[in-house]
Amino acid sequence: MDIETPTPATKARRPRPLSPNIQIYRPQLTSVLSIANRITGVVLSVGAIGLVIWLSAAAAGPGPYAAVQQAIGSWIGRLVLFGCTFALFLHLCGGIRHLVWDTVHGFELRSIYISGWSVVAASVVLTVAAWAAGLSVSGWP
Amino acid sequence: MNRPSFRSPLGRAIGLGSAKRGSRHWLIQRTTAVALVPLMLWFVASIIAHAGSDYTVVIAWLRTPLAAGGMILLLIALFHHAALGLQVVIEDYVHSGAKFAAVIATQLCCYGLATVGIIATLRITFGN
Repeated sequence: MDIETPTPATKARRPRPLSPNIQIYRPQLTSVLSIANRITGVVLSVGAIGLVIWLSAAAAGPGPYAAVQQAIGSWIGRLVLFGCTFALFLHLCGGIRHLVWDTVHGFELRSIYISGWSVVAASVVLTVAAWAAGLSVSGWP
Repeated sequence: MNRPSFRSPLGRAIGLGSAKRGSRHWLIQRTTAVALVPLMLWFVASIIAHAGSDYTVVIAWLRTPLAAGGMILLLIALFHHAALGLQVVIEDYVHSGAKFAAVIATQLCCYGLATVGIIATLRITFGN
């Protein structure tokens, strides 16, 4: 390791930080919602396996269906279902935001933040509303 | 890349780069997204309506043409959308040789699961 005054050539040999540098990167609503749309998409893909299991159990008969319903009704099952509900509404609202963008509308910084916070608010409201409705139909536990 | 080749630059270029299918991928992603908006809202509303229902009530609902048709359309749109989306996620984050295998495996899983779900729905609808 020879220490010498850095020349442009030695500077170029030094490994440069990759962008975005996650350790010092301050997340904004825009970037968080962008990655959240991907994460919820992957989560919902896994959740879709649950839908197929539920349908297969229903097709198999009352016994298997009761077993799956019992798993869904457990605390862990309800927690996973609640997470999937929020992921669904976040991905749905975020997806509608993307479809609006596809029409080349709403790209101004102000519009992007308004639509972004609207997605967050709508997802929370829809998730709470869906669970309140579901629990009022089934009866509070 | 610097190896001498008997192939002409044009010959090497043909088949590389855009295979003219990127826009189709994009369009089907959007088409399935548009389809999934009403289908998912219908699905969530139906599940809420049947929360805590007995097996016979749920089966009776799934045997109606509307519910069976909606469920099959949902499965098609959902797993097609998932296959396209997961492909992009894998292509963006997996850079090793496993990328190709991961994309193929994901596609097979998605279309396999869609088929299992559709068969299950049909068994409920046309079963006795």
